[in-house]
Amino acid sequence: MKLIILDHYSQASEWAAKYIRNRIIQFNPGPEKYFTLGLPTGSTPLGCYKKLIEYYKNGDLSFKYVKTFNMDEYVGLPRDHPESYHSFMWNNFFKHIDIHPENTYILDGNAVDLQAECDAFEEKIKAAGGIELFVGGIGPDGHIAFNEPGSSLVSRTRVKTLAMDTILANARFFDGELTKVPTMALTVGVGTVMDAREVMILITGAHKAFALYKAIEEGVNHMWTVSAFQQHPRTVFVCDEDATLELKVKTVKYFKGLMLVHNKLVDPLYSIKEKETEKSQSSKKPYSD
Amino acid sequence: MRGGQGAVEARVLQFTNCRILRGGKLLREDLWVRGGRILDPEKLFFEERRVADERRDCGGRILAPGFIDVQINGGFGVDFSQATEDVGSGVALVARRILSHGVTSFCPTLVTSPPEVYHKVVPQIPVKSGGPHGAGVLGLHLEGPFISREKRGAHPEAHLRSFEANAFQDLLATYGPLDNVRIVTLAPELGHSHEVIRELTTRGICVSLGHSVADLRAAEDAVWSGATFITHLFNAMLPFHHRDPGIVGLLTSDRLPAGRCIFYGMIADGTHTNPAALRIAHRAHPQGLVLVTDAIPALGLGNGRHTLGQQEVEVDGLTAYVAGCSVESALEAASLHPAQLLGLEKSKGTLDFGADADFVVLDDSLHVQATYISGELVWQAEAARQ
Repeated sequence: MKLIILDHYSQASEWAAKYIRNRIIQFNPGPEKYFTLGLPTGSTPLGCYKKLIEYYKNGDLSFKYVKTFNMDEYVGLPRDHPESYHSFMWNNFFKHIDIHPENTYILDGNAVDLQAECDAFEEKIKAAGGIELFVGGIGPDGHIAFNEPGSSLVSRTRVKTLAMDTILANARFFDGELTKVPTMALTVGVGTVMDAREVMILITGAHKAFALYKAIEEGVNHMWTVSAFQQHPRTVFVCDEDATLELKVKTVKYFKGLMLVHNKLVDPLYSIKEKETEKSQSSKKPYSD
Repeated sequence: MRGGQGAVEARVLQFTNCRILRGGKLLREDLWVRGGRILDPEKLFFEERRVADERRDCGGRILAPGFIDVQINGGFGVDFSQATEDVGSGVALVARRILSHGVTSFCPTLVTSPPEVYHKVVPQIPVKSGGPHGAGVLGLHLEGPFISREKRGAHPEAHLRSFEANAFQDLLATYGPLDNVRIVTLAPELGHSHEVIRELTTRGICVSLGHSVADLRAAEDAVWSGATFITHLFNAMLPFHHRDPGIVGLLTSDRLPAGRCIFYGMIADGTHTNPAALRIAHRAHPQGLVLVTDAIPALGLGNGRHTLGQQEVEVDGLTAYVAGCSVESALEAASLHPAQLLGLEKSKGTLDFGADADFVVLDDSLHVQATYISGELVWQAEAARQ
């Protein structure tokens, strides 16, 4: 894995957004070749989304040839409920960028046949050629998406009942009322995310520190499902200082020492705008950073 | 009223780079329009999987619901209370000219007149949708003749009336058929006024209290009978007195029907009301404030003698004033509140999804840069034209 440690939340968000930007531009997507991006919801990725919107508004990044697949959605919550993940994605990302609605895929928590909806989602990912980069977060209980402790590490997209920890963590979005929080969700499986060609996990804040410790310094364990990514060939963990509080000093020092190398991954490339105008090589300039 | 034969195939317009008035706040959001109505873009995105057909950049300006003027006696040389042969073209002229002031709907107002005038004029001013031809007519506002002699203001004494024993029939005989009427201003202290107020209210006509010497008690009783509006607060009524606030006291009365909001018109020209008095009313009851022009035929014309109904009026300069409150409050007082007064708030006076796309583009000094009715550009300032 690559463990990227930045000082603060804002810097971690920016690093992650730049990484995604660079990956999309390097991929050089087009009408025959879409960049497939897996996306999370929640408070952790908000800063990253804001930065990506900024890069779009600067003209440095376009989502015209990007297909997005969200990780999860609540069951039984109306699609236009302010706390649904559809609303989250619309308000925090989709409405600000140039993505075409037909290239966005979010599980439908109000489908008549929930498991059929999940199976269809897996098919859609396959039809799109698999996920190029899956971005995710981690729960305080070490879960990825809604793969709660005890979820199979080879699971696929399915219906899950939420753990009490998760319901408690989400209550703040439902006026603090536990009874209003949905108890079930549709989620991609651990196996689904493992199939992606690359995985990036965003982890910020002291309350996630223990989960990060369990995920990368202990063994692969279905009680801490993010640990599965120890067996993925290409994983990046992007954190702030606070999230590393439970790690060994040795681990943190080792990876901080690699930041010089890792920061090259987010150096400005040539923007999509410049590539399209096909000017002579020497007149290309890097985009604003 | 037209507005929203929204075929799903109709073009989707997206107004970007603007601040829209929604929920009492100015938000940095785009405004989406289709088929003459405000569209919910999230629904369009997830259900229809569509993007906008056309985008218009608003240059960072403010988008507010179109203004609604419920008290306007004429303008540009047109006097609504004159029984001419072609009342319709007079109304049409005013309707077209007020677009440049951001007014998208209005209630042509008739001052106290003899019955012949009502019988001739009222049928010639039907309710009409707005469009490129002009602002929409929501219905007539009949101010008088059932008002107080003492507080008649500029209304001619000779044509004042009171209710006889058969009060409502009296009113019908005076006005003629009420199909085109939306608001009636009367003085509640007149005998038999309560049955009249009740009759008008059951017919969906808004009853307003004005040109009256009623005390607070009489005013409250009128509200219980159905009155919902006060015509130009402070003017042509007893002054506020701390032992009997009169009609003004309705703003803070605790003896009104539960949940009922009393609206009050204010002429915010700095002359009819001292701005400090306007602010007192606004702070006491901000949700009820309705800005009106009470414009006279001389609006838009120079100084000189002009008619106002049966009277002649001297004009010596025009003043305009913005109420001393927040931008959002002022905008709501000119759009949302008059819509609520007339029970139209689902379709007018708001930029909520599904409402008619009647709106104005304003710069930061609240000067009108462009006016839209049913999503169509109906007026644009010279400087704004490309």
